[in-house]
Amino acid sequence: MSPGLRWRKFVSGFMLTMTGVCALVAVSVLFFILGYLVYNGGASINWNFFTKLPAPVGECGGGMANAIVGSAKLLLLASLLGVPIGFLGAIYLAEFSGSRVAFVVRYAADLLNGVPSIVIGIFAYSLAVLPFKHFSTMAGGFALGLMMIPITLRSTEEFLLAVPRALREAAMALGASKWKTIATVIVPAAYRGILTAVLLAFARVAGETAPLLFTALGNRFWSPGWNQPTASLPEMIFRYALAPYEDWHRQAWAAGLVLLGLILVINIVARAILARGIAVPRA
Amino acid sequence: MAATTTVPSASPIPGSRSFLARLREGDEIARLVTFLFAASVVLVTALLIFELWQDSALARHKFGLHFFVTRVWDPVFEQFGALPFIYGTLVTAVVSLVIAVPLGIGAAIFLAELAPARVSDTLEFFIDLLAAVPSVIYGLLGVFIVVPLMRDYLQPGLRKSLGFLPLFSGPAYGVGFLTAGVVLAIMVIPYIISVSREVLMSVPRDQREAALALGATRWESTWKVVVPFARTGIMGSIFLALARALGETMAVTMVIGNTPTISASLFSPGYSIAAVIANEFTEATGDLHLQALIELGLVLFLLTFLLNGVARLLIVITSQCGSGTALA
Repeated sequence: MSPGLRWRKFVSGFMLTMTGVCALVAVSVLFFILGYLVYNGGASINWNFFTKLPAPVGECGGGMANAIVGSAKLLLLASLLGVPIGFLGAIYLAEFSGSRVAFVVRYAADLLNGVPSIVIGIFAYSLAVLPFKHFSTMAGGFALGLMMIPITLRSTEEFLLAVPRALREAAMALGASKWKTIATVIVPAAYRGILTAVLLAFARVAGETAPLLFTALGNRFWSPGWNQPTASLPEMIFRYALAPYEDWHRQAWAAGLVLLGLILVINIVARAILARGIAVPRA
Repeated sequence: MAATTTVPSASPIPGSRSFLARLREGDEIARLVTFLFAASVVLVTALLIFELWQDSALARHKFGLHFFVTRVWDPVFEQFGALPFIYGTLVTAVVSLVIAVPLGIGAAIFLAELAPARVSDTLEFFIDLLAAVPSVIYGLLGVFIVVPLMRDYLQPGLRKSLGFLPLFSGPAYGVGFLTAGVVLAIMVIPYIISVSREVLMSVPRDQREAALALGATRWESTWKVVVPFARTGIMGSIFLALARALGETMAVTMVIGNTPTISASLFSPGYSIAAVIANEFTEATGDLHLQALIELGLVLFLLTFLLNGVARLLIVITSQCGSGTALA
């Protein structure tokens, strides 16, 4: 073997090993994050965290019950806005629209998807806070819902288009009208994919903080109804992590663990649903 | 003929014609309803752009283009210049790419070229999960892990070894451009890996085989044939990551130091566009202050809009015909 070839083989082996190291580093970040959160959050999570209100400043203890309920309310509102628009819009794109209209809608959705979340916050502020002159759960849910629309829309559309043509034709040949075909054949055939799309969109907005800062604002108490500022888990993590109290840091870790656990579980469930279904392209 | 006796009974009788018409109407109704929902997406997006433009009118008229070159940000005297924020946003994004691009592309090469399909898919699953971690969690880890690490070890170390460069001089606060860049890098790596891996895997097999048959080593075939073939798509993944890094709010706000400075040193605390909006929006002292912040939002929107557009174009071009034909 000539020295030149030996050198080339060495370079090859070395560089390929380095790519492996890169992959290892990238993946180990996930386990590091998880491990650190479980270690720090696990130590400070307790029953009070789920059942008590935040303690007054300077006092130890308390929990984030209001933030957990607040997050649930915000996500409910977001789903009520984002899922119908995303789902029905996708049906229009996949089944009814001409190519020109579809292009415009897809373009708008991709644009909306790329908007930084803080800008979504500004938009929701001027649309849902300014006219009513107060921060509210509604405004926060609106902001999160806006973010759900493009994610749901684009992946639902992909799954609808992946339904085999033969299924549509079979339904049409039996004399079913178009919407009956959609409602009884196409959507049921694609439901795993659609469910996955909705779950992933849900998980994505569940951790969003920036759009909530000036819509839902935050609250140290219960927020009755839908028209008052409300606490939410991501927003509490933000405030507590930057506060100068040791006890608040502890609670921020606990909240981080709960939030990340929720999001990872939803992600894994969503992928499991998809994996068990028929072969359709990934979102 | 048997057919002639069955066909008439299947054809619409007078009573069912209206039923068929109603069915067709049902189609029309479904079409209309779904159209309304699809159109609302376009409407919302248009409204977003309109609101950003409209609500920043006061600031746009008062400061004009000076907004982008003025260094003063003084809510008390109503002087607003965006330069420190634009600088901070760009610097942190560049730092993050310098770290994330080699790591991300290296990992993507491993996943696409070397790892067996099962290993590759498993690792990709973890990387997708990593992309799902919310930014406030990255911020939390940034505040309690990266900042102390930077302050106590990395920054003093860098100053000792590379302190002659203005980039690595000055006191080590922990928070600042460098820390924000590192946290951003961790956040955008999953995007670079996912997209680059897809693009690399779409490179035709015969490209690799031809290179290997000509006597190239495995690395040479990868680096000189496969990667150049996919370079446009890889560029796309980098632009995508850049757009994410520019628009990222929470993690940056938590570790950048929130001081509007322009400094050659990466150790210095700074500020970014997204961070100043997050911090000052609810406490804006007057209309002009609020509108200046909205104008910053508009700038951020336009930046990410451009980058996302370029990224998508590059990725589509590569996945359709490979970089060679696209650029030839």
